[in-house]
Amino acid sequence: MSEDNRALGPGGSASRAEAEQAWTQAGGGGDHRRLTRLQRLTARFGRGTVIGVPYLWLLLFFLLPFLIVLKISFAEFRIGVPPYTPLLAWLEGGYIQVKLAIGNYLFLLQDPLYVTAYLNSLKVAFFSTVFALLIGYPMAYAIARASPSWRAVFLLLVILPFWTSFLIRVYAWIGILKNNGLINNALMALGLIDDPLPLLNTEFSLYVGIVYSYLPFMVLPLYATLERMDVSLLEAAEDLGCRPFKAFLTVTLPLSMPGIVAGSMLVFIPAVGEFVIPDLLGGADTLMIGKVLWSEFFNNRDWPVASAVAIAMLVLLVIPIVIFQHYQQRQAERAEAS
Amino acid sequence: MTETRAPGAATGAAPRPEGSRPGAVLRRAEARPIIEIDDVVKTFGEFLAVDHVSLTVREGELFALLGGSGCGKTTLLRMLAGFERPTAGRILIGGQDMTEVAPYDRPVNMMFQSYALFPHMTVEANIAFGLRQDRVPKAEMRDRVAEMLELVKLTPFAKRKPHHLSGGQRQRVALARSLAKHPKVLLLDEPLAALDKKLREETQLELVGIQERVGTTFVVVTHDQEEAMTMADRVAIMESGRIIQVDTPHALYEYPNTRFVAEFFGTVNMFEGVLVEDEPDHVLIRCDALANPVYVGHGISAREQATVWVALRPEKLAISRTRPDAAHNWDRGIVEDIVYLGGISTFHVRLDSGALARVTTQNLERMSAPEITWDDVVYVCWRPDNVVVVTS
Repeated sequence: MSEDNRALGPGGSASRAEAEQAWTQAGGGGDHRRLTRLQRLTARFGRGTVIGVPYLWLLLFFLLPFLIVLKISFAEFRIGVPPYTPLLAWLEGGYIQVKLAIGNYLFLLQDPLYVTAYLNSLKVAFFSTVFALLIGYPMAYAIARASPSWRAVFLLLVILPFWTSFLIRVYAWIGILKNNGLINNALMALGLIDDPLPLLNTEFSLYVGIVYSYLPFMVLPLYATLERMDVSLLEAAEDLGCRPFKAFLTVTLPLSMPGIVAGSMLVFIPAVGEFVIPDLLGGADTLMIGKVLWSEFFNNRDWPVASAVAIAMLVLLVIPIVIFQHYQQRQAERAEAS
Repeated sequence: MTETRAPGAATGAAPRPEGSRPGAVLRRAEARPIIEIDDVVKTFGEFLAVDHVSLTVREGELFALLGGSGCGKTTLLRMLAGFERPTAGRILIGGQDMTEVAPYDRPVNMMFQSYALFPHMTVEANIAFGLRQDRVPKAEMRDRVAEMLELVKLTPFAKRKPHHLSGGQRQRVALARSLAKHPKVLLLDEPLAALDKKLREETQLELVGIQERVGTTFVVVTHDQEEAMTMADRVAIMESGRIIQVDTPHALYEYPNTRFVAEFFGTVNMFEGVLVEDEPDHVLIRCDALANPVYVGHGISAREQATVWVALRPEKLAISRTRPDAAHNWDRGIVEDIVYLGGISTFHVRLDSGALARVTTQNLERMSAPEITWDDVVYVCWRPDNVVVVTS
C-alpha cells in the first residue's frame, strides 16, 4: 500500500502542474473564448446561408410566378400583347388606379364547367390514389421484406422508369392500348376477341396512365416506413397469439400510417392538376381541371380566366397539403417527445 | 432471494421454501419435465446452427442457455418459440409435440432482446395484447393487466406509450406482456443485455424474484456468465451448436467436464500435462509448465500416460514468500502484475517455466500493508483436492 502511494504521489502532482501550465499558456481561457465568438459568428452566417438558399429558390421560382399569376387573375381580357388589362394605371393628376376584376372568379362559380371539372379531378385523383395504394402497398411490403440484394434490384426497377421521359412513357401506353396496339393485337391473334376492345381514351386508360405514372411516389415512402419497421414486432404479435393476417392489421398497418399518408399525398396532389395524361389517354369527355386550364390558356387565350382557374386550384389544393403538414408535424412532435 | 413472497397459491404456483437456491434445485430435481428437446438439428443452408441437441428443462426451473455469439443458443430459443422449424428432431412442451405448431398456437411466450414493444400502443394495451388475442373477457383482462402492472411495479405508467419510458421500464413492460398470458414457459432472449451494468445487476435478482413468485418456467438465453450464475438454477453451456455441459452453476464451476467449460465459466489457470501415476485414491500429473508434479487427491478416469489438463481456479491457489515444504503442488515465480479490485487482488505470477499463473487473494484487513509486491519471488501452492483434471 505504501509503495502504491509513492508510485501515485509524484505522478499525480506532475500531471496537475502540467494542466496548470497549459491553462496559463492558453491565456487563462481568454483566447479560447474569443475564438468561439468568431466561430459562433461564422456558424450563424453559415446557417443563414444554408437556410437562405431554399428560401431564395422558393421566392424566385414559386412566390414570384404565383404573384404574377395572381395579378393576371384580377385583370380583364383584351386583345393585344399582353392579352390582359394592366392592374395599375397612372391617372392624370398623379393618381394610381388599381383595378381588381373579380369577375373572373365569379365566372368560375357561374359556369358549371369549372366546378364539374374540379370535382371530377378530385374524383379521378382520389380513385387513382386508392388504386396506387392497393397496388403499391403489396409492392412496397415485398421489397421491404426481400433479401438486401434483391431489395436493391427491386428499388432500381421502381425508379428505372424515371430515366425515360414522362411524356414518352405516356405515349408508350397509347401504343399498348390503342385499337391496333399491343393488347388488342395479342388478344385478336389468340382469337379471344374479334373486334378490338375500346381501351384507349376511356376512364380505364386514364386511370392506367395516372396510377402507372405515380406508382413510384406511392411505393417509395411506403417502402421507407415498412423497411424501418422492426420485424421482431410481428414476431412478438405472433408469439402473443396473433395470426399473421391479424398481426398485419394490428401492427404493420397502423405503424405504416405515415408512409400511407405521405404516399397518398404525393399521388393525390399532382393527380388533381394532371394535364398530360388526361389529354393523351383520357376520353374526349374527360373533364379535368388541368385540361380546362390548358385550353383556357392556349385555345381561348383568356389569360385572366385561366389564371383564376390556376389560383382557385392552388387554393383548393393547399387544404390537403395543410392537413398533411399538420399530420407530419404531429408525427415529428411525437417522435421528438420520445 | 430472501424477499417476502406472495402466497404461491395466488398465482397457481407451489410455494417455495425460503433459503438458498441450491436447495430449491434439489427439491426440483424430481419435478416433471416441461420442455424436452429431442435430438434437434437446425441448419441454415450449409451452416449447422444447432447440432443434435437433446435437453430437458424441468417445471418451475430457471434455466439458462449460455454461450458466445453464434453458438446456437438464440436459434434453439427461437425453435422453442416456433419462429424456426428444426431441420430434424422433436420439441415437446408440456408433453405435447410442438415441432410443427405455429408460434401463435404454442403455450410459450417470449421476451425479445429488443423488447419489441408495440410503439403505437400504451403500456396497458401492450400487456393486454396477448389476452385480447385469446378473447379474454373484459373484466378479467382488466384484472390481469392490473396484476401484471403490479408485478413489475409499473401501475402509474399504464397509460404511457413505450417511447415515454426508460430502458429499465420498457424491459419490465416486455416482461409483463410476455407473462400476462400465464405461459407454461417464458423464453427470454438476452433480457438484460440492453441495460447498463448497475441496473442489470439489480434486475437480475428482481427477475429471479418475479420468477419465484409466478412459478413459471423461465428459459433465459445469455452470453454473460455472471448473469447465468446469478439467475439460473441450471445452465447449459453451448458451443458451435452443441451443448457441452448442463449443470448447476456450482457444479459447472467446480466440476467442469472439459477445458472449454472450465475456461468459459470463470477464470482458470490451465496446464497441459501427462498422467504419470494412476491409483484409485490419487493420481500424479507432470506438467511441462510446472516444476513439481501435481498430486490429485482422487482417482480420475484416464489411462496412464494420457494427456490431461490441470485446471486451477485462481482463488484456490495460495501465494506466499516462503518456500513450501512439499514434493507436489507448488511452483515458484515472479510477481508480474497486481490487479487490485478492492475486495480481492489478483496476482499475475510468471512461473519459472514462463507460464502465467493468476492467483486471487481476499483483502480481508483494511490496515495491513501488502506483503507481496511487484517483482517479488513468490511460491504458489494448492491443495490436492482443489485440482480439477479434464481430459478433453
